[in-house]
Amino acid sequence: MLLSRKWLAEFVDVSSVNDHDFSEGMTLSGSKVETVERSDAEIKNVVVGRITEMVRHENSDHMWVCQIDVGADKPVQIVTGAQNQKVGDLVPVCLDGAELPGGKRITAGALRGVESCGMCCSFSELGMDERDWPHSYADGLFVLGSDPDLAKAGLKPGDDITKALGLDDSVVEFEITPNRPDCLSVIGLAREVSVTYDKPLTLHTPCVKGCGGSITDHARIDIADAALCPRYTARLVKNVKIAPSPLWMRERLRASGVRPINNIVDITNYVMLEYGQPMHAFDFSCVDGGHIIVRTAKAGEAIQTLDGKDHALAESMLCICDEHKPVCVAGVMGGANSEIVGDTAMVLFESANFNGTSVRRTAAALGMRTDASSRYEKGLDPQNTIKAVERACELVELLGAGEVVDGIIDVVPNELKTTTLTLEPEKINALLGTDISEDEMRSILLKLGFTVEGSTVIVPSWRGDVEHYSDLAEEVARFFGYNNIPTTLMRGDTTCGGYNAVQRVENTVGEVCRAMGYDEIITYSFISPTYYDKIRWAADDARRDSLKILNPLGEDTSIMRTTILPSMLEIIARNYSYRNASVRLYELGKIYRKRPDGLADEPKVLSLGAYGGGVDFYRIKGAVEELFDTLRVKNICFRTEKENPSYHPGRCATVYAGDVYLGVLGQIHPLVAKNYGVDADVYGAEIDFEALCSLTGETPIYTPLPRFPASTRDLSVVCADDITVGDLAETIRANGGQYLENAEFVEVYRGAPIQAGMKSVTFSLTMRAENQTLTVELAEETMNAIVRALETAHGATMR
Amino acid sequence: MKELLRELREKSLSAIDGTNTAEELDALRVQYLGKKGELTAILKQMGKLSAEERPVMGQLANDVRAALEEKLDERKAYLAEKALEQRLATEMLDVTIPGEKHKMGHRHPMYIVLDEIKSIFIGMGFDILEDREVELSEYNFTKLNVEEGHPAREWSDTFYFDDDSRILLRTQTSPMQVHAMESRELPIRIIAPGRVYRKDEVDATHSPMFHQIEGMAIDKGVTMGDLKGTLNEVVKQLYGSSTVTRFRPHHFPFTEPSCEMDVQCHKCGGKGCPTCKGEGWIEILGAGMIHPKVLEGCGIDSTVYSGWAFGMGLERLALRRFNISDLRLIFENDIRFLEQF
Repeated sequence: MLLSRKWLAEFVDVSSVNDHDFSEGMTLSGSKVETVERSDAEIKNVVVGRITEMVRHENSDHMWVCQIDVGADKPVQIVTGAQNQKVGDLVPVCLDGAELPGGKRITAGALRGVESCGMCCSFSELGMDERDWPHSYADGLFVLGSDPDLAKAGLKPGDDITKALGLDDSVVEFEITPNRPDCLSVIGLAREVSVTYDKPLTLHTPCVKGCGGSITDHARIDIADAALCPRYTARLVKNVKIAPSPLWMRERLRASGVRPINNIVDITNYVMLEYGQPMHAFDFSCVDGGHIIVRTAKAGEAIQTLDGKDHALAESMLCICDEHKPVCVAGVMGGANSEIVGDTAMVLFESANFNGTSVRRTAAALGMRTDASSRYEKGLDPQNTIKAVERACELVELLGAGEVVDGIIDVVPNELKTTTLTLEPEKINALLGTDISEDEMRSILLKLGFTVEGSTVIVPSWRGDVEHYSDLAEEVARFFGYNNIPTTLMRGDTTCGGYNAVQRVENTVGEVCRAMGYDEIITYSFISPTYYDKIRWAADDARRDSLKILNPLGEDTSIMRTTILPSMLEIIARNYSYRNASVRLYELGKIYRKRPDGLADEPKVLSLGAYGGGVDFYRIKGAVEELFDTLRVKNICFRTEKENPSYHPGRCATVYAGDVYLGVLGQIHPLVAKNYGVDADVYGAEIDFEALCSLTGETPIYTPLPRFPASTRDLSVVCADDITVGDLAETIRANGGQYLENAEFVEVYRGAPIQAGMKSVTFSLTMRAENQTLTVELAEETMNAIVRALETAHGATMR
Repeated sequence: MKELLRELREKSLSAIDGTNTAEELDALRVQYLGKKGELTAILKQMGKLSAEERPVMGQLANDVRAALEEKLDERKAYLAEKALEQRLATEMLDVTIPGEKHKMGHRHPMYIVLDEIKSIFIGMGFDILEDREVELSEYNFTKLNVEEGHPAREWSDTFYFDDDSRILLRTQTSPMQVHAMESRELPIRIIAPGRVYRKDEVDATHSPMFHQIEGMAIDKGVTMGDLKGTLNEVVKQLYGSSTVTRFRPHHFPFTEPSCEMDVQCHKCGGKGCPTCKGEGWIEILGAGMIHPKVLEGCGIDSTVYSGWAFGMGLERLALRRFNISDLRLIFENDIRFLEQF
């Protein structure tokens, strides 16, 4: 909302408050100021000048050398190529060093050898156009007297042009919250200003003389849909004379960001800005039967709006219609079929109240959010329609734009409600933490237009947002000053606060991942259904059954992921395309599994992803093992996994703690990597965070350190290639008896002298007795038992 | 003989002083103290001495031996030290060569900021809550006093999973407040961070998925003064104790009175500059007293209990904290970006 401070001054005098303080003050009382701009900010050193002499330029057949009185001791000489001026005219004169909009600077100089001490300019050079100056000539000098209002203004040579043209104004841009449509008007803001600065608010009651006759002789209005149109008010104007509006009105419209068009249209806009009530003017001759019907559109109806666009109308859209056709999309935009044109003779002013949601939906569906619809959509004051239509008719008479037919049609299908509340000062103070007196509260509410009788508060009709004592508390607080509310720390019972067990595990998981060099990523929860193809899930894979967003931004973000893998691969691919040589990433993110009730199970999954920098299967497995180790998850075992379509069939493992599935890890299938455009070995892991959490070990109990030395022996055995190290290790552990402390894998060797199809596996065995130094005999016995078992179980022989 | 011993002592001690290597020193040890050494040779002549002289000479010879051994050990230590010094001198390193990399991973910048906020609130006795993202519109809107027909409920603004607009992706973290109010015992002090979703096209300041953090405190006699005091404290911990704040009236459906909190621009100190868009203040969060209707709707007696709540966008906070210019960087996850934090 743009507010001209000159216009504001008509209602409340805050001239002593400078723009900066005004912004601050209004922002702190709840009307947030975005910017304040001086209308004359870009124009410097331009004055009114009177042409006292014009002679032809000696070296030009079209230029004039003018002597111009600019209110100084002697005239200035200016050369101009314009032809529309004559001696005696007042024109804008840019003196030496003048500045014009767009950063243009004017300096004295010579034109074809003749000195020119500045420039005479047009209104477009002053940043305005023919809408602002409909009486004046656009393609030449701005002859000020050509505008009838300027001609009467008593301008003198030397007057500052910005003042002369009404640019000595500040325009304040407010960000108005949606609950306060009343503040989308000069009067609404003036009321806020008056309470903020405790200055009287001077409101004007419109007064229409009328010309006799009766509107009911010409017009009939019916509301067919009372829910969407709680009120429709109209007046009729005849003998309309379409002409430009007067300067003062054009000035205010321009300051408010509205382009002047003609007196009737300008009046509707002016009243909308002043009262916050959108108005519409129909060329009444185009309303068939003089009968206005407010109804929703019928199937197949269409309208061309004032902007020249054709729209098919949906049956939900409220329209203003005559007996045959829609003539206006209610609250959004009028129809071209009833537009005010040059020869319009009779005008019907509409001042109506429409359902906000309906207007908003219609405007959105038609793709045309207008000044009117953006006000209506917030829900307007139904009591404002009469004041606004009266004001419009008053302006018609003031401007001599027509004759107002007596009478007013005001259709109110249902009784309008008034909100009544109880003033409970102790409750308000308790909520705010203040000690504001009842008198002060009463005074604030009265100034805001509330009626207070005893403890009964009647909410003014324009404050539809006030419906509860807490709303009254906000009104009191706004003008008491939020920043004057004493600051207190929380009282009451002490609470402990902190991370819960699951959150602590989350923190640990993150710490471990980062300690291992993995960077944290955040990915979107929604993906494209085609991502399941990219990770090679079968077409009938049950996990494809994802929650589907019915109104997604695009296909890429249209379903909720049931796997975190594609999100990770997408980021891997992006980093790969950025030529980042080596990447380690982790994310602890949710996946979303459909539930019968329509909601989702949202378990978290830890995802790891890596390529480059020497990462291989055992590196990523090591990372996963380290994680389990840190969290003290017991009985971890890795199983060969050949069936997971997203992973390399020979380099993939599932991991379990006992029988509990924990996740999958391995090399991403080269075809999957290829689908992501990655031409490198990519490794990944997906760990079920909930399972991990449930298996996290207890606080460790100290085990006494061994008192006797250990005996360490390497054991190399040769076995068939398809026997896994895990199988061998399992056998070793199972047969190591009481003295085997640890059997650590050292290496696998294939090649000569080991025969083909066989391999040599080396373990380092640590043996120790609890209560004595382990004797050679006992160590031998243990080793022998292990070797025998390996041979029996796996056909493995000592190398 | 006495003379011989004296000569041997003098000669050997000066010879030891003259050695430069451990080998030379060992040779001298053999030369003087060995089985065929000079001292042994002298001692072999002891038999010729009288019974009176023998113990005297024996004592003298032992003294010489002790002195020699002491001198040998001393010289040995000295030479060892010299040798070490020499070796160390050859082991000199160029300390300006970079150290061996031990690459740690990096916390995502948005979570760095979230962690800070969490720890501040934990210090004030708050619990951290998480909850579902696929939510009922009843929790996302209705129970938060967002009426039917409110623009935020439109399909143009919110992602829905069903034609009845009943199930959606939460558009704010506030439904977690409702869950907390319905399920937790009073008093309640929680913060609730998480992902939220709105139908915004991706650009430098928008993303269809982003993060918020929500917090609330409900107890008997909680006031707007408490809200101000607590949030002031949080902001001071976040931005430094000299941070200046202000509260402005604002509008949210689920709080009344509602406010926005600004911090004075750190760049210009409130004078106005490009960072604060000339306003001198930077908006950081929205807050307010929980609307009594919302409390009642969650089964809390608003005549006994009151509460305050706040909500803030985390991305915006992270962007400002680290001077990040474009929101897209947050979700792009380029390691060249991530590893800066």
